[in-house]
Amino acid sequence: MSTAALYKEFQRLAGPENVFSDASDLLTYSYDAALLPSQPPGLAVRPTTLEALGRVIRLCNQEGLPLTVRGAGTNLSGGTIPAQEGVVVVTTALNRIVEINQEDLYAVVEPGVINARLFAAAQKQGLFYPPDPGSMAVSTLGGNVAENSGGLRGLKYGVTRDYVMGMSFFDTDGQLIKTGSRTVKCATAYNLAGLMVGSEGTLGVFAQIILKLIPPPAASRAMLAVFDRVQAASETVSAIIAARIVPATLEFMDNFTIRTVEDFSGAGLPTEAAALLLIEVDGHPAQVAEEAEKVQEICRAQGATQVRPAADAAEKERIWTARRAAIPALARLKPSVVLEDATVPRSKVPELVRFITDLARRYDITIGTFGHAGDGNLHPTIVFDKRDIAQEKRVRQAVEELFDKALALGGTLSGEHGLGLSKTRFLAKEVGEATIAWSRRLKRAMDPKGILNPGKIVGA
Amino acid sequence: MSSVTQLARLLAELDEQLIACMRCGFCQSVCPLYGETGREADVARGKLALLDGLAHELLSDPHGVQERLERCLLCGSCAANCPSGVKVLDIFLKARAILSGYLGLPPAKKLLFRQVLARPALFNKLMSLAPRFEGLLTKPVDSLLDTSCARFTSPLGQRHFKRLARVPLHRLEPPRATPAGASGLRVAFFAGCLIDKLYPGVGRAALKTLEHHGVGVEMPAQEACCGIPALSAGDTATFSKLLGHNLARLDPAKFDYMVTACATCASTIHKLWPLMCGSLTPQAQERAKALAAKTRDVSQFLVEAGLVIGQAPAPGPDAKPLTYHDPCHLKKSLGVAAAPRRLMAANPAWRLQEMIESDWCCGLGGSFSLEHYDLSQQIGGHKLEHIVASGAAAVATGCPACMLQISDQLSQAGRHVAVKHYLEIYAETL
Repeated sequence: MSTAALYKEFQRLAGPENVFSDASDLLTYSYDAALLPSQPPGLAVRPTTLEALGRVIRLCNQEGLPLTVRGAGTNLSGGTIPAQEGVVVVTTALNRIVEINQEDLYAVVEPGVINARLFAAAQKQGLFYPPDPGSMAVSTLGGNVAENSGGLRGLKYGVTRDYVMGMSFFDTDGQLIKTGSRTVKCATAYNLAGLMVGSEGTLGVFAQIILKLIPPPAASRAMLAVFDRVQAASETVSAIIAARIVPATLEFMDNFTIRTVEDFSGAGLPTEAAALLLIEVDGHPAQVAEEAEKVQEICRAQGATQVRPAADAAEKERIWTARRAAIPALARLKPSVVLEDATVPRSKVPELVRFITDLARRYDITIGTFGHAGDGNLHPTIVFDKRDIAQEKRVRQAVEELFDKALALGGTLSGEHGLGLSKTRFLAKEVGEATIAWSRRLKRAMDPKGILNPGKIVGA
Repeated sequence: MSSVTQLARLLAELDEQLIACMRCGFCQSVCPLYGETGREADVARGKLALLDGLAHELLSDPHGVQERLERCLLCGSCAANCPSGVKVLDIFLKARAILSGYLGLPPAKKLLFRQVLARPALFNKLMSLAPRFEGLLTKPVDSLLDTSCARFTSPLGQRHFKRLARVPLHRLEPPRATPAGASGLRVAFFAGCLIDKLYPGVGRAALKTLEHHGVGVEMPAQEACCGIPALSAGDTATFSKLLGHNLARLDPAKFDYMVTACATCASTIHKLWPLMCGSLTPQAQERAKALAAKTRDVSQFLVEAGLVIGQAPAPGPDAKPLTYHDPCHLKKSLGVAAAPRRLMAANPAWRLQEMIESDWCCGLGGSFSLEHYDLSQQIGGHKLEHIVASGAAAVATGCPACMLQISDQLSQAGRHVAVKHYLEIYAETL
C-alpha cells in the first residue's frame, strides 16, 4: 500500500483523530526516559477500543510495519523508542478498569490504566495492589507488565510478575490469545502469561490483564537508621532477614545521596552519615510492634550510630519524602541522568557499593547510590552533562564496568528497568549465545515478520 | 543561512533550560490538558522535546510547533511538580515570543493587542460603552451568578459569560493616595482588568479590607493591563508598552507592598515582569524588579504582615458550606494556599468544605479558552463535578479569571452555587 493509502486505512480503523503523521507529533513519540538517541516513527496511532487495537496490529503485520507499543513512555532502557518508519501504538486511551472483584481478589484492566489509578481504586474497595515502581503516578500497567516493573515493596510483596494471574493479548494477526485465569490455581495450558511478563512488547500486544489484589496490611511502622560505615548498613540488611523479618521496604542511601537530598529539601538527614537505611515493617499491629522493636535492636547491634523510629504518620511521611527526593535532588545537580538498575544478590550489596564508590573516583564522574537494598537492587545514579562528549564516554565505560561487576557477583543486568535497547548488547555475557539464539527462535515463531518492537531484548 | 537555521539560533538561548528536562514524563500526572487528550504533544515533556527539536534542526515546521505550544493553559502544574525543576513556563513564554516574532502575530491578535490593549484610555472607553449594547445581543440566564448568554448565534458560542459591570471599579473608586493607618503600612493596589471591568465588587472588598486594617492605599489613575494576554501570545512589544505604562505610574519608593486580588496579575507581576523586562531601560528594569519583589496576593500580604492574627472563630450553627478552588497562579506559582483559607475562616457564617482536587486547574487558561473552548470545558467539567460533590452553597477562589470559568460551568449546568472571591467572604465580617 502507498503511504497515503496506509494513512487512510489507519484512520479508517482507529478514527481520523487518532492517527498522527505530522512531523511535530511524531517527534513527541521518538523518545522515552532513557538517555538514548531519539527516533521518530513513521506514524502514531492511538486506538480507543480493543477492537481497533487488534485491527491496527493486523494491518501492521500485513504491511510488515514495525510496531512499538507505548504507554506513558517512562521506560528507562529505550523500550518505547520506535523503529525507523515504524508505527507507535499509544495505549493511553485504553484506560478502563474493567473489574475489581472483592470476593475473588483480582482486577481486570486495559493496558493503558495508570498504576496509581488502580492502586487508588483498589484502596477505595479495601484492597491493595502492591507493585509500586517509582513512575507509578504516570506509568501504565501495560508497561509495568511488559517490563516486569519492581518498586520499593519488592522485598516483601514481590514485583509485577507476582501479580499477573492471566491476560489476553493480540498476536501479530490481531487474534486474541488467552492465558491464565481469574482463579488462584490454574494448570491449564502453557503459562503464556509468564512468558509475556517482561517481554517488552516483542511477543504480543496486551488487551486485558488480570491482576491479583491482596488485603492491605492493617498497620505499619517506619524508621531510619544511621551508619558511619556502609559495610555495617549492608550487614544490617542481611541480619534483619536472618532474623526472619521481611520488611515491606528496606531502602539504602549513600553519603553523596544523603548530602544532596539534604541540600535539596532540608529534611534533617545526618549529612555526616556514611549510609542510611530506611525501613518499614507492616502487617498485624502486634506483629508490627514486635518486629519494629526487633529491627531497632538489630540496627543498634550492627553498629547503627542512631535509630530514629517514626513516632507518628507525619514523621513516617518525612522519612519517605526524603527517599522520594533522591531522584529529584540528584537530577538537579546536572542536566543528564543515568539511573542504573543492575542487581546483585543481597549479600553482595556491600561489595557493589564499594565498587561503585571506586568507579566514580576512577572515571571522575558523579554517582549517587540509593535504592532497594533489601532485594539487592540498587540505583547507582550518574549525573553529568551529555553535551560534554568526553564525560559522556566515561559514563558509558563506567556503566559497562558496572554490568561486568554485577554479573561477576552473581547478579543480573536489570532488576526492574528491562533491557530495551540500552542493554541488549550485554545480554550474551549474562545468559550466553545459545540462550539468545533460542529466544530469537521463540520470537520468530510468535512474530514471523519481526514487526513487534524490533531490536529490543535480543537485538534484531 | 536557511530560515530554520535562523530560528534555531534564536531558540539556542533556551538550550541551557531545555536540557534540564530528563524526559521522565512525570508531568503527565498533573497536566490538565494531557489528562483529557493523552497526547504527548499536549504535555510539557512533549512540548519541550518539540522546542529542542526546533533548536537542533530535527524539525523544520515552526508553525506545527507553535500550534502545539499554544495548546497549553500555562497553569504551571508541570513546573510545580517537576523533579528536575525545569522552568517550564519561563521556557514556554520565551519560546512563544521567539516564535511569534519569527512567524508574526495573527492579524486579529495584533489589532486587539496593539490598537486596544496597549492603549489603556481607549480600552477603558470601549469597555465603558459595551454594557449599553450588551442587552441587545445577550440575555440574562442566572441572576445569582449574574451570567448571560448570546441571544443569537455568536462567536462566543455556548458560553454563559459574566456580565460586564455597569460601572467599572476605576469609576466607583477613584484614584487615591491615602496615608498609612494603624498598621503603619502603605500598599499600591493593582486592580487588574477583570476586577476593574467585571468584578468591581471584589476590588471594593479588597479596598474595604485594606482600610479596615489601617493600610494606606496608593491607586494610580489609568493602570494598564498586567500584560499576560500579550505575553501568552508572544507579543513582547505590547507587553513592554503595557509594562512601561504601569512603571511610569507606580513608584515602589512610595509604598511597602503592591497587592492584588487577581492571582494571575500577582503571578505575572511577581514572576514575569522581571523575567521579560529585558528590552526596557536599565532604570525601568530596576523598577520592574523592585515592584515584582513587593507584589503579593492580598491574603498573602495580610497574613505575612501579621494583620490577620489569632484563632479563627468556630463556624456558627447556621454556617453555610463554602468550598474553595486554588487558582493555579496562586498555589502553584506563588505557593499561596493557606492564607486565603485563613481569611475565609474568619467569617463564622461560612464553614469551609474542601472539594477534592481543589488545585486541579479550572480549565480557563486565558486565551486558551477562546481558542480551545471544548477542551477548556472538558477540563472545567471536573471542577464543576467536584464543586457540586462538595455540597457547597458557594465556591470561593482567588482569581477573577477562575471565577469567570466556574460561573460559566455552573450556569450552563443550572447549578445554583454562588461564585465568590475569598475577599468578599472575608469583607462580610468587617
